[in-house]
Amino acid sequence: MLRTFRIGGTHPPENKLSAGKKVRVIEAPGQVVIPLRQHIGAPAQAVVKKGDRVKAGTLLARPAGLVSAGIHSSVSGKVNKIDEIVDMSGYKQPAVYIDTEGDEWEEAIDRSETLKKECTLSSSEIVRRISEAGIVGLGGATFPTQVKLMPPPGSRAELLIINGVECEPYLTSDHALMIEKGEQILTGVSILMKAIDVHKAVIGIESNKPDAIVYFRDMVRNFPGIDIMPLKVQYPQGGEKQLIDAVIRRQIKSGALPISVGAVVQNVGTAYAVYEAVQKNKPLIERIVTVTGKGLPEPSNFLVRIGTPIRRLIEAAGGIPGDTGKIIGGGPMMGKALVSADIPVTKGCSGVLLLPKQEALRKPACNCIRCAKCVSVCPMGLNPALLMNATEFANWEVAEKNYVVDCIECGSCNFICPANRPLLDYIRSGKGKVMELIRNRKS
Amino acid sequence: MILIAIIALGGIGVLSSGLLYLVSRKFEVYENPLIAEVQEVLPAANCGGCGYPGCSGFASACVNAQALDDLFCPVGGADVMKKVSVILGKEAGNAEPKVAVVRCNGNCEARPHTNQYNGVKNCAIASSLYGGETGCSYGCLGYGDCVKACGFGAIRINLSTGLPEVIEDKCTSCGACVKACPKNIIELRRKGPKSRRIFVSCVNKDKGGLARKACASACIGCSKCEKECPFEAISLSSNLAYIDYRKCRLCRKCVTVCPTQAIHELNFPPRKETN
Amino acid sequence: MENKLIISPSPHIHSGDSINKNMYGVLIALIPAFLVSVYYFGLGALIVTVVSVLSCVLFEYLIQRFLLKTAPSVGDGSAVLTGVLLAFNLPSNLPVWIIVIGALVAIGIGKMSFGGLGNNIFNPALVGRVFLLISFPAPMTTWPLPGRLPLTYVDAATGATSLSLLNEGTGHLPSCVDMLLGNMGGSLGEVSALALLLGFAYLLIRKIITWHIPVAVVGTLVASTGLMHLIDPLSYAGPLIHLLSGGLLLGAVFMATDYVTSPMSRTGMLVYGVGIGLLTAVIRLFGSYPEGVSFAILIMNALTPLINNYFKPKHFGEK
Repeated sequence: MLRTFRIGGTHPPENKLSAGKKVRVIEAPGQVVIPLRQHIGAPAQAVVKKGDRVKAGTLLARPAGLVSAGIHSSVSGKVNKIDEIVDMSGYKQPAVYIDTEGDEWEEAIDRSETLKKECTLSSSEIVRRISEAGIVGLGGATFPTQVKLMPPPGSRAELLIINGVECEPYLTSDHALMIEKGEQILTGVSILMKAIDVHKAVIGIESNKPDAIVYFRDMVRNFPGIDIMPLKVQYPQGGEKQLIDAVIRRQIKSGALPISVGAVVQNVGTAYAVYEAVQKNKPLIERIVTVTGKGLPEPSNFLVRIGTPIRRLIEAAGGIPGDTGKIIGGGPMMGKALVSADIPVTKGCSGVLLLPKQEALRKPACNCIRCAKCVSVCPMGLNPALLMNATEFANWEVAEKNYVVDCIECGSCNFICPANRPLLDYIRSGKGKVMELIRNRKS
Repeated sequence: MILIAIIALGGIGVLSSGLLYLVSRKFEVYENPLIAEVQEVLPAANCGGCGYPGCSGFASACVNAQALDDLFCPVGGADVMKKVSVILGKEAGNAEPKVAVVRCNGNCEARPHTNQYNGVKNCAIASSLYGGETGCSYGCLGYGDCVKACGFGAIRINLSTGLPEVIEDKCTSCGACVKACPKNIIELRRKGPKSRRIFVSCVNKDKGGLARKACASACIGCSKCEKECPFEAISLSSNLAYIDYRKCRLCRKCVTVCPTQAIHELNFPPRKETN
Repeated sequence: MENKLIISPSPHIHSGDSINKNMYGVLIALIPAFLVSVYYFGLGALIVTVVSVLSCVLFEYLIQRFLLKTAPSVGDGSAVLTGVLLAFNLPSNLPVWIIVIGALVAIGIGKMSFGGLGNNIFNPALVGRVFLLISFPAPMTTWPLPGRLPLTYVDAATGATSLSLLNEGTGHLPSCVDMLLGNMGGSLGEVSALALLLGFAYLLIRKIITWHIPVAVVGTLVASTGLMHLIDPLSYAGPLIHLLSGGLLLGAVFMATDYVTSPMSRTGMLVYGVGIGLLTAVIRLFGSYPEGVSFAILIMNALTPLINNYFKPKHFGEK
């Protein structure tokens, strides 16, 4: 019996159309637009100005505060302007526009393909390099990685859990990375273990990636302390809390951090970025993006520079199909619908999904029939039907008492609802409202 | 037989009344009778527009306050405050009557849709998702959170423009719609003499070109009105003009110079033909 | 791209599950029981079912169209299901006009007066059934004897159910095999335990219901009647007879599990099921009515909001 998390969960059709495809490199486009806020927390502050010459890897903006991350140029060229662009958040964000000229990289970056396994740096040195490279959680949450590696005083990490689950349907970017950069990922994991001073790491991989499991099982023999744990395919196993429950059978209490059960969770993509930052001195300026959709001629995995407009990616995958109704940044369960194809790829963008019009439109909602299917799939053990009602009628006390703030916004309730009710739309808004009320009460 | 029944029933009656009396004495809560008296003259709308939880909350605040300067019932207005001041023997502050004003004029024609929203028709939910169905990320979404918030039926969506409009006679300036609007479009402004008002009907802070591209009737921050105004009532910040209603003398000069007709005048008599 | 992109909050895909699919799924699960009833009660079973379904659908349509002035939603299958369940709780020789009254009460009072599907407190079919049982006790408690595809309807030979035999303490009971297959007197859908269990299996496989409520109901009833049987085997019949006779399985599998009127959490479902089992046993053993499943379910329906309030789903991280 394969393990999985113990509350709720569902299994949407996987549709991993681009699985097994080799990663193709997309050359730097004529212009990149690099938003200054690609992470949770304060936007970075620009340190370049119009007309400046930059190389790939040059710092464009430095982190503003503790929970923030630096932004680096992904191409060499000239800063055209610093302006705003509507990015994946749906709102305008400040961004640096760079016109590409040639492909010159910062000298300190080691661009060779040779694997560099040894790392003699101290823990604090590793964290500093990760911070300097602007690495954020690449699973989609984009939380600055160095913050996660500095446990709050009084707590101690015992185990590093690496998220190779990729539970979102359609997406295969982590899968492709695991197949092609296995040793680099494992080196990255060893470095992360050193950074938080633990001697044990577990990589959780869902059983729908048997090739990755076999490959990693074979390789970990050379990496002491790292284990592979195949997991039953179940959405949303990539959620931090769900993954911890699946791997070590411990549930984090409401409001607590993973460190409270001694665990630190990082994504495989993050582990790879850590390897490149620490061993090769390369900041986070490119990533693997899955471009997929049933109408797309050639669903693919691409290695692209941050700031490349997603239109280019779609063109490389065969062009936008005529019946496209929705372009999604991320997967179908938690991704964001985009207002245009000119939005640039950011650090947290693991995929671009195109849905045809008839799939993109929601069906009209009917009365709740209290079938409790939302209750049975909720991975947090909440009652979504109740929370939606509480939010709709502004009953914040009821919403708070029933743990609305614990919602991880996985969308399982919406997905399963036979009455097509927009449960998560309301719950998300109620969660925001209740969190605001709690903050106001504290201050 | 009858006697037993009478005694039993009577006994139960006496016992329960005694119990009721004891309980009511034990749990009696003293309330200043003035509070009830003040509450009597309040409009009982319980809208919370005064900043207190309902009319009884406002009444007790009035009774407990040293002076009534900071207390004002927007629904009842000056009349009600005068009555309250008579009851309590305190001086009432003199607040001017206000009215809610919707500062967006991006109707379907001026502000073409660039995408199609398919979620719940709720402004708060849509605005937490993205900028909106048009190129203007500041303007009205049109899903009617203000309409739902209004307890007086004083605001409705105009079906031809897709924008909310305030029914002045019904508006009590309680401010519920101001709080409900996630885009901060609605403002409480001085009602003005004969309800005449001038205001900038736009909240777009984008640069002129961008704003214009998204909406034909957007304020483009050209500062013509600022220069035109003889009373320095108009200020410009982040590409957006704002008319301070405390300084505005309703001369209407700004309305004529605005190239995008973003400045609106309300309830004025028609202008004389000048040419 | 000329056509506008569609924007909506996540998630962007849907399971494809719908109210229709669930309702028609339950109807499919009721087919075996229907076939058995047609076999034993013939034309009568057919007439009762058809009349009940048609009048339920018609009343729902008329009420939505002309009283509530909303778009009729009879296509969702819930009115059909109410009709079938009501018919399954009636004797197969019931006059047509009584069935129509039952359907009117079920749909009009049991469902639409609360605001339609999803808002009703009580199981509509049971509201109709209990109304008829109280209003027309004689025709509601004389059951035709089973035959082989009989073509009789109102004038069928009648007899008592095994439960009323037990209650009165006279006559002798049908054999267990007959009870399992349905060769006994009773309401038309309740006679064959085997057919109902087949439907239960189908519902479980399609994941339309979970096992919690039916198992809790049956388990509790078997345990409590078994206990009484052990104490006094002469006055109280054994648990097997209680299990196979009357509307227990029909109620436990198809009526108690009605989405709208049953609790939402797993523990809540168990509490609700145990409550139904206990009430049924109490009414059957000590009450004046021979059968108590309908009353038990209606009483527990009324308690469902309370159960929902006290038995919340197990929260992540909760010990």
